[in-house]
This record gives sequence, structure tokens and C-alpha cells, in this order.
Amino acid sequence: MTKTFKITYKVTIIILAILAAMTIGAIILLTIGADVLKTYSVILFEPLKTTLQLSEVLIRAIPLTIIALGIAVAYRSGIINIGAEGQMAMGILGTTAIALLFPELPKPILLPLAILAGAICGGLWGFIPGILKAKLQVSELLSTVMLNYIAAQFYTFFLRGPMLDPAESSLGGSGTPQSMRLSKNLWLERLPGTRLHTGIFFAIILAIVIYLLLWKTSTGMKMRAAGASERAARYGGISVTTYLVVAMVISGAFAGMAGAIEIAGVHRRAIEGVTGGYGFSAIVVALFGGLHPAGIIPASFFFGLLIVGADMTQRMVGVPANMVNVLQGIIILVIVATKMVLADPYLMEKVWRKYQKITNPPKEVEA
Amino acid sequence: MNFIVNILSLAVPFSVALLIASLGEMFNQRAGIFNLGCEGVMAMGAFLGMLIPYSIGHGGATPGVYNFLGLLVAMGVGALFGIFFGFVVVTFRAPQGIAGIGLQMFGVGTAGTLFRHFIGGTQSVLGIDNIDIPLLSKIPILGPIFFTHNILVYLAFLFVPVAWYILFKTPWGLRVRAVGTNPRAADSIGIQVNRVRFQALAVGGALAGLAGAYLSLCQAKMFSDEIIAGRGFIAVALVYFGHWNPVKIMWGALLFSFAQALQLAIQGQGINFPYEFAVMLPYVMVIVVLAFSRESQLLGPTALGKPFNREKRT
Repeated sequence: MTKTFKITYKVTIIILAILAAMTIGAIILLTIGADVLKTYSVILFEPLKTTLQLSEVLIRAIPLTIIALGIAVAYRSGIINIGAEGQMAMGILGTTAIALLFPELPKPILLPLAILAGAICGGLWGFIPGILKAKLQVSELLSTVMLNYIAAQFYTFFLRGPMLDPAESSLGGSGTPQSMRLSKNLWLERLPGTRLHTGIFFAIILAIVIYLLLWKTSTGMKMRAAGASERAARYGGISVTTYLVVAMVISGAFAGMAGAIEIAGVHRRAIEGVTGGYGFSAIVVALFGGLHPAGIIPASFFFGLLIVGADMTQRMVGVPANMVNVLQGIIILVIVATKMVLADPYLMEKVWRKYQKITNPPKEVEA
Repeated sequence: MNFIVNILSLAVPFSVALLIASLGEMFNQRAGIFNLGCEGVMAMGAFLGMLIPYSIGHGGATPGVYNFLGLLVAMGVGALFGIFFGFVVVTFRAPQGIAGIGLQMFGVGTAGTLFRHFIGGTQSVLGIDNIDIPLLSKIPILGPIFFTHNILVYLAFLFVPVAWYILFKTPWGLRVRAVGTNPRAADSIGIQVNRVRFQALAVGGALAGLAGAYLSLCQAKMFSDEIIAGRGFIAVALVYFGHWNPVKIMWGALLFSFAQALQLAIQGQGINFPYEFAVMLPYVMVIVVLAFSRESQLLGPTALGKPFNREKRT
């Protein structure tokens, strides 16, 4: 096989995959009678037209990056974390609790403490499915989903009860369950005129941390080994179950931190709907980014674009914003299928033989 | 006494969506496919089940026909979703857990998108009414619990022995179990493994669609984004809990719906107990049940979750 053939083969498959994803999306769009090309172009290009929109894309990319990093750590360790949504909610509760209890603390203390609280709460919420999987072989797919629903109930319980803004109950308020505006000492700086906050640097630092952890430490090597081949790793003396739990705690802690950053940077109070599907979108981001920090950062920008773009399609072409969930679902399905095709050497050989038959017909015929 | 009868008479219809979806998932898993996308297919079923009577049957003289049509369409599209999932996990042999999440997001997203376009806000349908079976519904205690429901409730429970018969007493059931237990052996005696898996996926998808349509047409009589509320995932857990056996799955579905009915009853009684903690109950139960039934995994289909490749030795 020539090198050019291999590259062309892979590129062709990826192009076919993108076309397949867009076709399935187009079927849904045609069902609701929307202009397919216009919808795609609104989603992909409209948010890039103004600085304000672009900053909104970046705001979405921050939690996506942080959560996706955690999901990538778990995925590489052989455990699929679909509970980031719940872990993020628990992280927000932890951060809010600290900010409500100690509003007077100076910023250099309060901010790290609040983020740490978010990480601990999220980490605990990740620890539960991790330990259940390690000790009792409970499928993490089911336990994390259930913990999402449980966390959502905890979240509303705290926002309606202990953390409810006093202004809400006495004066009627806005009617949405929310905490009071958190101490200014928690706020992250913003770029003037936008909501873009310094959390973006935090996300980039975390990406570097994860890169170093996974590829430059022995812990990371063992985690990846446990995920790549459980049996081989165990044979090599790696305690697979321990690393499973560690990976889930890291994954949960990252989701918790994403929640902390999100309220310190964007909302500045705990309010319903902060998580808004980030936990699920981040799964797509992690897969799309090849489970590598260097891929996750651009991937989260791309999905931030999709989320902001899908909000705009409602106004501009009358396509509901739920379309972004459709696209994310298709993208997951297409990525996992494409990965298998790309990893199949037999298929590539088959295509190579066919290709050769077409380009150079068998010599025996001439002789 | 009345309180308990009330809870039980709620629990029976509540169990139906779980029961139908779990039986479908059971066929998938018996054939070796772990379909976590059940939730998404149910969402599609719930939307379509309502859409047909809502849009074309609006003001029609015979709403019964349109309800029936809604159920059929939900099953048909559910089967298509199952087959689509088959392309990803059977043909392309993608890892089933993560692909299932993809199918779930795709189904829930599509149902939400189409719902906003075709229906819009909170609209209700007449749905399928309850019927009191003459004489039988008059029996004290047992009457209200068992004989005052809509037709699908009876059909669903009738389907339990049918599913058992199909799975254990028919050639097709044997093939399903064979490809889920030892696909290589099944292949060697001429069973087309992937074809049987596709068939099981279509059956499972159709049942998941029906379960969703039950929720919108019989239970809620409307559609909302949260209508499924994790029942698809609970259905998957119930298959483990029920040891891949229709009868045990039925008991599991009843147990979970009992918890749900109890939660509603507690709220109705005005007992001072935070509402949110009551709603958590079924989800907590799933985790507890899974944690205490780990040996059951040994009873499961041995090829569960493993794609089959004819051309590879393993």
C-alpha cells in the first residue's frame, strides 16, 4: 500500500462521515420544512460575525473544555462518565455554599476556596459511580445517569430551600428559584462590554495539567493502560480498580470546577438551568477532540459555536434550538462508527485490492 | 386500606411504559446488543404517538382510530431507530455504550425539535381512555387495582407470557439467545448473526416506541421534553434486575412503579417531606438495586456488548 493511498483513504472516510452526519441532520431539517443550507450556514458562521457573539461562543467553550477534559481522563481510563451534568450541579452547590457562608473573605482566599469546594462536591459525585463500578461492578453508564437525576433534584431543593434568595420569598421576586447575588469577591474579571471572563485562562491551564498528567506522569500512564487493556494492565501489576475510581473523581472534580467557574464568571449566582446540557455536550466534545487536550480546546470552540448558532436559528430561520441536540447525537454516532472503520486494517486492504484492480489490471491477461 | 388500594391502582398503569420498554430492551440484550438509546427512542415514540391524533385526527369523529394509528407510527419509527442503531453497532461494530448515548441524544433532540415545530406549546390530547371491565371492576380491592385501566395495560401484561414464549419456545427466540450467548457457534450452524441482531433491534425499538407512545397517549395525554424522565434508562436497569427474564422484569417494573405511585401519594397526603427527595426515590432505587444484584451479571448473555466479526478469530 502506498502512503498516498492510505492518506486518501482516511480523508475520504472522514469526508463521507461528515456528509453522512450532515445528511441525517438535513433529513430532520427537511421534515420541519427548513432551508437546510441556510440553517447550517447560520449555525456555523452567524455567531462569528460580531465580537459580542464570538465572546458568547468562547463563554460556552470554557465549561465545555473543562468538563470534556475530565471526561477524556475517565474515558481513557476505561470508564464512560455521562454524569457530568450532575457533577457540575453539585459543584455549583458547593461553590455557592462557600460564597454564601463566607462572603467577606478577601478574593485571593474566597475564589480558590470556592472553586475547591466545587471540585470536591463534583469529585464526590464522581466518586460514587467510580466506587460502585470498582467494588460492585455497577455499570457506570446507568449509575451516572441516575445520579444526574438525583443531583438535579438536590439542586432545585437547595435553590428553593436553604439557598433561596431572601428577596424572592418576601417580595415575590422573579419566581425563578435562585440564590442571592454572590459576593463580589467571587467574581471573575470580564472583558469590558462582554461576558467573557478570565475563566478562559483557567480552562487552558487545566488542559495543560491534563496533558501533563496523562502523558508525562506514571499515574497517567497507568490510567491509560487500565483503559486500553484492562487485563494486560492487571497483569502488569496495575490496580485497575483504583485508577478507575481516581479517574472518576478527577472527572467529577473537573465538572464541579466547570460549574464553579461558570457561576463565578457568568451568572454570579446559582440559578436554575446553569448546567444547561453542558455535561452531555462535553461528551461529544471529548470524543470529537480525540480525547486529547490539544483536540478538546478547538472542539469545544466548535461546539460552543453550534450552541450559540442553534440559539440564533430560532430567530433567523425558525429552526428550534433543540436542533443542536440532534446534531450532537448524530455526531457521536458518526464518530464512533467512523473510528471503527478507520481502525479496520482488513477493510483498508480490501479497498486497496479493488483500487489496484482498477488502476493496474492483472498482468497475466497481457502475457 | 383505601390509601393502599389507591397506590396499587396507580402503580399498575405506571408500570406499563417501563414494562414494554424493558421487554424490548430484553430482546436487544438477549441478542447481545446493549441499547442505552432506549430513552431517545421512547421520546420519539411519545412525540409521534401524540402527533398523529393531535394533527390529523383533530376533531375527527373516530379518535380511536387515530390513537391506534399513533401507536403504530410510534412503533414503526421506533423500529427504524433500532435498525439505524444496528448500522452503527452491528455493521460498524462501534462500542455500544457510547453509541447508545448518541442515540439517546439524537432521539430526545429530534423529538424536541419536531415537537416545537409541529405542536408548539403545551397541548393535550384526549388519548386512550380507561375502561372499567364489567363485573370484574366491581370486585372490592382487586377490581380498582386490576380492572379499571386502558386497553394497553392489559395488552402489556398479556405480552409478558407472549415474550416468554417467543424467547424460549420459538426458533427465532432460540436464534436470538444463540447470537447473544455464542455468536461464533451460532454462525457455524448457519445462523446469520448480524441479521438476527438487526431483527432484535427492530423489535426492541418498536417496543420502546410503543412505551413512549403509551406515556403521551395514556398516561400524560400530552408531550413535554421531560416526559420520559429517565424511564428509558430505568428500563435498561430493569433488564439486569430481571435477569433477562420477562416474568422477573414484570415484577421489577411493578416494584419501580410502586415506588413512583408511593411518591405521588405521599405528596397528595400533604405529608411534610421535601418534594424533591420523593422524586429522587426511583433513581436512588435503581442504583441500590444494581449494587445488590451484581451476581446477576453472571447470568446475562455472555456476548452482551461484544460486536461480532465473522472474519476475525477470537
